[in-house]
Amino acid sequence: MKFAIQINGSPYQGEGSDTAYQFIKAALRKGHEIVRVFFYHDGVYNGLAYAMPPDDERPVVRRWSELAGHHGIDLVICISAAQRRGLLSAEEAARIGKHDNDLAEGFRIAGLGLWIEACLQADRFLVFGG
Amino acid sequence: MALRKNFLFILRRPPHGGIHAQESLDMILTAAAFEQPVRLLFLDDGVFQLKRNQKPAAIGLKHIAPIFEALELYDVEELWVEEESLRERGLAAEGLILPVRLIRRHNVAEFVGGQDIVVSC
Amino acid sequence: MPVLHLVSRSPRESQALACCLARAGASDAVLLSENGVYAALTTSEGDAPIRAALRQLGIYALKPDLEARGIASEELLEGVREIDYEGFVDLAVHYPLSHSWV
Repeated sequence: MKFAIQINGSPYQGEGSDTAYQFIKAALRKGHEIVRVFFYHDGVYNGLAYAMPPDDERPVVRRWSELAGHHGIDLVICISAAQRRGLLSAEEAARIGKHDNDLAEGFRIAGLGLWIEACLQADRFLVFGG
Repeated sequence: MALRKNFLFILRRPPHGGIHAQESLDMILTAAAFEQPVRLLFLDDGVFQLKRNQKPAAIGLKHIAPIFEALELYDVEELWVEEESLRERGLAAEGLILPVRLIRRHNVAEFVGGQDIVVSC
Repeated sequence: MPVLHLVSRSPRESQALACCLARAGASDAVLLSENGVYAALTTSEGDAPIRAALRQLGIYALKPDLEARGIASEELLEGVREIDYEGFVDLAVHYPLSHSWV
């Protein structure tokens, strides 16, 4: 089956992003496809490149980057939610004349159109966190 | 890929105390702009989003009522409100900013089950 | 179509479970995850709604979340089924729709 996943919570806001991550890994183990993971509301903080948890804690951002790298998962941060919260990719920053690049590897910033597209492509849609 | 799916947005949060209501409306408008059939279901504290006489400027916030009023322009006409949620909060349909369709609690399961995508807002 | 209800809050931190059970249909299922697993404890007061729901619906609890919180199988309400993340995926495959209650 094809899954579209929405994540509404930041890494330390409740447990939603943890559950989503484990769900996605389990879905991949079972041979399912993840069409897209769309990060909305405070979920955009899952893509903050400079998060540096202690070494003995779970790497809340890096593990997403690794998931994207190993499995080609499309991790999309909503542009309007990101702008509201000051999370800028290098391109966005340049566009508005700032020096910034907050986006962790493996993520891209895009609009809600990609969320709609994922919903239309997928067989199942789940919302985590928030 | 399906070209159209029936989207149901379930709104359960009050209008302020966070950005959820406003950002949920962005999703709703996007779905409508992509010509998807969109329905809204207000449950629990979500019904407060439609209460009349809100003045969010008093706490420095934007008014979202005009966005609800604009939904009609996007052919989003089905705003469903659970009767029990209204009654539990001392509200009535007449006190809401827009005409809504009322649904009884015992009919919610069947209504939700008839959609293609449920978006928990 | 049947719905998989996802409840991730404890019954005392939020009304999520009560609100969910008030609307869940007879062919739906409920998955308790994260702090929501506390609702599955037999020793919880005010558990009448979930006990009633157990007679009608499939109610599941995410085992890793139970383990994390020190909740053993013997402490669960009778009828609550423990599943792992792969079981969660199977539920999501089986139920065409899902709704998350916070």
